[in-house]
Amino acid sequence: MGFSRRQFIKTVGSSVAGAAVFAIIPKMAFAKWSDKAFMSESLAGAIAAKYGAMPVENSTEIKIKSPEIAENGAYVPVTISANIPGASNITIFSESNAAPLIASFDVMPKMGPDISLRLRMAKTGNLVVLVLANGKLYRASKEVKVTIGGCGG
Amino acid sequence: MKVKAVAQNNVVLVKVLIQHVMETGRRKDETGKIVPGHFITELSAKHKGETVFQAELGPGVSKDPYLAFQFTGGNVGETVSVSWVDNKGGSEKVDSLISAA
Repeated sequence: MGFSRRQFIKTVGSSVAGAAVFAIIPKMAFAKWSDKAFMSESLAGAIAAKYGAMPVENSTEIKIKSPEIAENGAYVPVTISANIPGASNITIFSESNAAPLIASFDVMPKMGPDISLRLRMAKTGNLVVLVLANGKLYRASKEVKVTIGGCGG
Repeated sequence: MKVKAVAQNNVVLVKVLIQHVMETGRRKDETGKIVPGHFITELSAKHKGETVFQAELGPGVSKDPYLAFQFTGGNVGETVSVSWVDNKGGSEKVDSLISAA
């Protein structure tokens, strides 16, 4: 037999450790997505789940470009841009949606200021953008009138 | 997924269009049964191994998502890699060459 007791323990030990690492990775990958915040059914709840309790200040340095009237709430084109030094996260909410949190962006060092996306709006309501910078939240909002709601059901 | 990356004045504009149902998990089918949620949860873009865009998405993003963003420091002929994962374990990755404006 080529296996000494010591070798056996080493081999089994390392494979157990290897299995443990593989078991942990998918869980971590899943936990990264802020499911509590995304599933929250109120704006305040979503903000609390995403950021916890933090001071909020209105800011004119956050711009929200969106149509005044969206004929189809299923596809509302929105561009957000934030010019706030030290920003680390930008999150967009639609206040009138069953689940208000739409999308959240971590600010990367080389990322530019504008982000565009198409989002769903259930009915007329405010789009709210929060920017996290230096332990504080900066907020801007804009109303969009929705002719036909975009969340189905 | 279609990815278009265009460089102008040292800034790369990236446009991403993905075919995905983005099912919210709140919609009912004809028989009144809730259609299970199926949506993209994360999307990121890398350039030369560095993450230049990192997004968490949810059911509020429209079907067949469109996203556009920029990053600095990219040049024509280099590659931008965009990848996403959804809540059912689906994923896709596309490498796109940066073109001139």
